[in-house]
Parts: sequence; structure tokens; C-alpha cells
Amino acid sequence: MDPTSADPDRRTSVDPDEIARFAALAEAWWDSDGKFRALHRFNPPRLAYIRDRLCRHFGRGEAGFRPFDGLAILDIGCGGGLVAEPMARLGASVTGIDATARNIGVARAHAEAAGLAIDYRHAAAEDLVAEGRRYDVVLTLEVVEHVAEVGPFLADCARLVAPGGALVCATLNRTARAFALAIVGAEYVLGWLPRGTHDWRKFVRPSELVGALRPHGITVVDLAGMIYDPLDRSWRIGRDLAVNYLAFGAKAGGVTVR
Amino acid sequence: MDAEIVIAGGGLVGLTLGVALGRAGVAATVVDRAPAAAQTAAGFDGRVSAIAAGSQRVLAAVDLWRRLAAEAEPIRAIRVSDGASLLHLHYDGAADGTGPMGWIVENRAIRRALQAAAAETPLLRVLDGRTITGFERAADTIAARLDDGTRLRARLLVAADGKDSPLRAAAGIAALTARYAQTGIVCTVAHARPHRGIAQERFLPAGPFAILPMTGDRSSLVWTERADLAPALLALDAESFAAELARRFGDHLGLLRVVGPRFAYPLTLVLADRYVAPRLALAGDAAHAIHPIAGQGLNLGLRDTAVLAETVVDAMRLGLDPGTTVVLDGYEVRRRFDNTLMLAVTDTLNRLFSNDLGPIRLARDLGLAAVDAVPPLKRTFMRHAMGTVGALPRLMRGEAL
Repeated sequence: MDPTSADPDRRTSVDPDEIARFAALAEAWWDSDGKFRALHRFNPPRLAYIRDRLCRHFGRGEAGFRPFDGLAILDIGCGGGLVAEPMARLGASVTGIDATARNIGVARAHAEAAGLAIDYRHAAAEDLVAEGRRYDVVLTLEVVEHVAEVGPFLADCARLVAPGGALVCATLNRTARAFALAIVGAEYVLGWLPRGTHDWRKFVRPSELVGALRPHGITVVDLAGMIYDPLDRSWRIGRDLAVNYLAFGAKAGGVTVR
Repeated sequence: MDAEIVIAGGGLVGLTLGVALGRAGVAATVVDRAPAAAQTAAGFDGRVSAIAAGSQRVLAAVDLWRRLAAEAEPIRAIRVSDGASLLHLHYDGAADGTGPMGWIVENRAIRRALQAAAAETPLLRVLDGRTITGFERAADTIAARLDDGTRLRARLLVAADGKDSPLRAAAGIAALTARYAQTGIVCTVAHARPHRGIAQERFLPAGPFAILPMTGDRSSLVWTERADLAPALLALDAESFAAELARRFGDHLGLLRVVGPRFAYPLTLVLADRYVAPRLALAGDAAHAIHPIAGQGLNLGLRDTAVLAETVVDAMRLGLDPGTTVVLDGYEVRRRFDNTLMLAVTDTLNRLFSNDLGPIRLARDLGLAAVDAVPPLKRTFMRHAMGTVGALPRLMRGEAL
């Protein structure tokens, strides 16, 4: 967390300079040709995966523009809102949390400009667990590899899923190829990510992820890889889990929302 | 927001896009400077369009084809010849087993069908007799300014406002523009004998002379003439014009009679540097205007429409904002190569054939005859022109968006 940034939760005490700074940052976050370009290119296939899987899980048609009407979705580690906003447009009521106050400020500024009602909070997963919250869907994308302790974090994620709900987790595999591509390639050669973004030792193997979620009632029913095509400079969903991958887990119990 | 998508230009490309989007559940507004009644008047657009198989599927998928089918003449064969040379290229649709090679439809009929389809598309609003004079971008929207002072806010503004696209210029998108020193003279002739669905293209020294089969023993002529000579031809009295025409047309269809007015279109090549900018996309002639030698202008525009509609709808189904460059780049990537290739091919064909130089004539005639003699080559050329190769958008496969 950036110690110099103001806490945007204390809205009454936020000074106008801070708001302007968040707006400027939001512009950078959301500039698809700017420094988060790689993340913007990465987004459509993972959104498609989330949409397709959730539509199947909750028995919704994929053709409409609001398949998630009535679903409560929690996005843990929401950043500037690159996933939270599409979820809201698809009809979900979205809560986005991030450990970095600045990200929450950015996300709020952007959602407001876009006319989207998203509940953004500067909070950690355990705070919501303590409040006894439950969501139909919990998303935690590219977060697991950054948390201090993977086991307790995934346990909290699992607790936040309502019975019959779903969990989507995206992270990086701890393989030699992931080291070569995600760290040497993305940080040092291509410069897509700032150096030091990732620590290979914190990457999580799919078996570890599946094993950590099972005791907390989440059964991983699908694993999919995110594959980069260097010729097309695009990403797609595939079977190869060696670098970036997504896990879709379901919690037993009646599906409450229809 | 007033609409998800605002489209500048309600021509064949713009209005088809509006109908496609509206039918797929996307609120769209089309703005066109000409009043609706004027757009279907006899003197507005005298041209016909060659609808390739891929384009026909697009029109069928957006429920336009059933309104047009009775006014579409199937092209059964194409005969390409070079002046008086006996060497030629003959494409026969039936022999290939693929059905008609395309259809000839009057643009006026397409405009009528589009207006009828638009009226039955609740999510499509058409503002006729008005012009978009400019736009302002905000963080998450674009506002189109109309000449009557109205402002329309949308996610995306599509410029389908023709080869001189004022919005392309307003967006600061540069375009390569070149005038062909040729004018396209267009008129309709009735003839005594049936055309049997054969489209003919003759390469005369001034440029290609195309005879396109229309319904009811009529043909549309696209007579490419030197730009400096065209005004004199157009000014001729009916009898002298008919004589000039008959000299080029020949007597294979019997007695000819010119019906309706003569139209003249300056021929221009336009290639926009970019097809997209933030919250703005170019479609049809605004992005690329080509020589009519191969009858592909509208086909390229309809392919743009199919890809752009699919790009917008797919993005919205992911909850993405369709006006962002990360979304719009996908449209440009999928269309630029095809459009540029066709532009280059038609430009080269025109340069190759619009002259009377001995060695070039010999080479091109041998080329035509060679292509004619190699069936796989012939099929490849034809499938390209028919728009049935490559990774096709859903509308061009005849599927729903």
C-alpha cells in the first residue's frame, strides 16, 4: 500500500487535489494503449471464460447483454476496476475490494464517470469474512501470487462464497516456463510489467490451489490456461496450464439466485 | 446516453449496420443529411451493386434479402474480354456447382428495403435530413453535434459518411486519396434479347465497360471513360448517346434502348491511414474507396458492417465498452488486409487494362487465357471475389449476431 495516499473511504476529508489525482490515475489505468496495455489485451478472453462458466453454472443464456442480473459478485483485488466494471455492465451488483487505497480511489473515479454503481471498498478479504458477508460469485484474479499466505487467503475467499455459488481464481503456475515468460519475458524483455511485479516463489501450482480450496467446500470443476499468441499479439483460453491459468470452483448447495 | 452507437451516414453501409445492431439488441441512431424520401427518388442513385455470395448472406442474416430477392438478378456467368481480342476469361457459376456467382441489384431497391427494415427495428432510430457537424469526446462517451443543435451521446460514433468523410477529417485521420482520370458513366438499357444472366466486362482503352444483368431484359452499364471526354458524352442528345453506347456495347443483345437518366461518378481511390480512433470507427467508403472495375465496393462495405457489428456485440456481451480502442483495434485488424488487398488488385487491374499499348495487351491477354485454362486458379480468384474465403464473421456465414 502506498503510505502517502489518502484513504478515500473518509470521503468528507478528501481534498479536491486528491480527487483530481485519482482521476488522472484512472485515465492511465484505463488507457488501453498506455502502461496497462498488456492487462487490457489480457482482459477479453478471461472475461469470456468467466461469463461462459458463470452462465453455465447459474443456468443463464449467454446471448443477452445482462446475463448476470441479480447476481452479487465480489471482486477481490479489483485494481482500477477492469473486471468489476464489465461485471456490473453484465447486470451483477458488484463489490470491489483492494488492499491499495489508491486503486480504490482510481476505481471509484472511473466507475462514477462511466455511470456504474459499484461498491468499492478499501478492505481485505478477512474484513468481509468478519462482517459475515456472502456472495454468489467471488473473483480473485491475479491476486493469489501477491498475498502473504496463500492458504488462509484462499480459505477466506472460499468462506465468502454463498452455498451454490462459484469462485473464479486466476494466477501463475510455479513452472520453469512461467519463470521464463512471466518474469524474464514480461518484466525484463518486453517491459509489459514493472520489474519486481512478480516473485516466482509465490506462484501457485494448480494442485496446490485445488487442495487449498477443497477443505473449505470449493470443488474446482475446471482448469484452463491463458495462452499468448505472439503472432497475433492476443490471448486465448487453452489447455496449457504452465504459465497463466484460471480455476473455476463451485460450492455445494442449492443455487439460490435465478 | 442517447444510443449505444451513433452512425453518421444512412447509406447502404451505415443503414445496414444500424439494422444489424438494432436487431441484435444494440440501440443505434443513424443520421443522414438527405431526407428519406429523396434517398429513394429516381435521380438519387442510378447505380446497381454486385452482391457477392458473402454479402448476400449478410443481407439475409439481417432480414433484408427477403425484401430484395425479387429485384435481384442472379449472375450465372462472367465473361471478361480485352477489347476485340479473342482471348478471354469465362466464369460459369453453374459449372462450379456453387450456384449464382452473385446478384445484381439496383441501389435504389436496396435503399427501399433498408428503409422498410429500419422502420421495423425498434432499437434503431433514423434522423434524416440532418448532418453531424462534429463531435466531442468525454471520458466514457462521445457526443455527436448535429446541424440543428442536437447533441447525441453514445459509446461509439461510426463514420459511414462516404469517401469524402467529413468525420474522418474531423478525427484527424489522414487518407491516401487519388483521383482516377476516369469517370464512371452509369445508365440502364433495355434490350431485345435476354442476357441469360451473363455479366460482361470489356476492357476498352479508356477503361472497363461493364454490362451487368438486371431483372426484366435490362442491363446496367458501367462505362468508364476518360474524365476529359465524359462531359461531352454526357451532353450528347439521346440519339447520339445511344449510338456511342451501341458502338461499345455491340449487338449481341439486339436492339438497345436507354431507359432513365444518365449518371456520372468521378472515380477516386481512398485509403484511410487508420480505421479507428478513440470512440470512432470508419466503415465503407469512408475507410476505403476503390475502383469499380471488379464491382467490389459495396461488398467490402458490407464486410466491414458484418465485422464491426460483431465486434460491438461481442464486446458488449463481455461487459466491455465498445468504444474503446482495445475493442475497436480488433475491427481494424480484421478488415484492413482484405480491403487493402482488394484496393490494390482493382487499382492494378485498371492500370493494366486501361491502355492500348501493344506489349501490355499481349501480356494481359495471355494472362486472361492462362487463368481461364487453370481451373484451381480460376476458382481461387472467384471465391475471393465472392467473399467466401478466410475467417468470416458470423453474419457472412449466414448466422445471427
